[in-house]
Amino acid sequence: MILKKTRRSLMIVMTKDTMQIVREQDVVPFRNRVRELSTKIGMSLVNQTKLITAASELVRNMLKYANGGKVMLETVSKNAQSGIRLIFMDQGPGITNVQQAMQDGFSTGKSLGLGLPGAKRLVNEFDINSIPGEGTTVTIIHWKHGR
Amino acid sequence: MDRIPILKMGPFLLVTIQVDLYDRLALNLENDLISMVSKTGARGVLIDISAVSIVDSFMGRILGNIASMSRIMDAETVVVGMQPAVAITLVELGLTLQGVYTALDVEKGMELLRDKIGVMNDPEEDEEEPDDSND
Repeated sequence: MILKKTRRSLMIVMTKDTMQIVREQDVVPFRNRVRELSTKIGMSLVNQTKLITAASELVRNMLKYANGGKVMLETVSKNAQSGIRLIFMDQGPGITNVQQAMQDGFSTGKSLGLGLPGAKRLVNEFDINSIPGEGTTVTIIHWKHGR
Repeated sequence: MDRIPILKMGPFLLVTIQVDLYDRLALNLENDLISMVSKTGARGVLIDISAVSIVDSFMGRILGNIASMSRIMDAETVVVGMQPAVAITLVELGLTLQGVYTALDVEKGMELLRDKIGVMNDPEEDEEEPDDSND
């Protein structure tokens, strides 16, 4: 099951970096790294906050359901606009029903069930791909100007 | 283990969150606050988040929990100093912090708390100097 919200056009990857997320304590340095990258491309504070909050939700999911994973952090450019792309990859149990997982208030854990749908609302582009038994990959992009 | 300090100020507990919270720290704070409310019989809890740049659904849930738990223990909770970007993000995320009182800054938060619990512990009839510090 794939939910897409992407635009098609040539995208250039300008910088690339990977971070392993295995413990709760990795979350704060990861958020700081995202802040650093988005500051560098001149993203406004509100957009930075949205992006980092979304990233925080996704990284928490990774820790909670898949015992961690890795995140690729990229600075990308498309149509002369720069943005940040984050790819969250885990090898957890996967999500059997992605559509359900994307609904507000649905959670198999004990959380509020806002993580996935909330993260999707916060960023410009959101893509989730999950194979039960193999893992989940979530890709988000937030553009400098937030649109 | 890292902990966030809780200050007692008269009938209130005061918490200023100065660092980026990771989950364990937030959970500790929740525990510590509730035990402090119970131990001190505090009537209000003021949480200053002006230095917090990210509030995600977990952190939001902790704030909500603290408010509900305190209320059961007969104390009101006010969250103060939320950054505008955080407020915008929270609402888009879908978290409205129901049941949590908020105020712009610490001063207004204290005022709100005093209103809420109807402080009548000191005779405020006139500006008498607070000679005894008897709480």
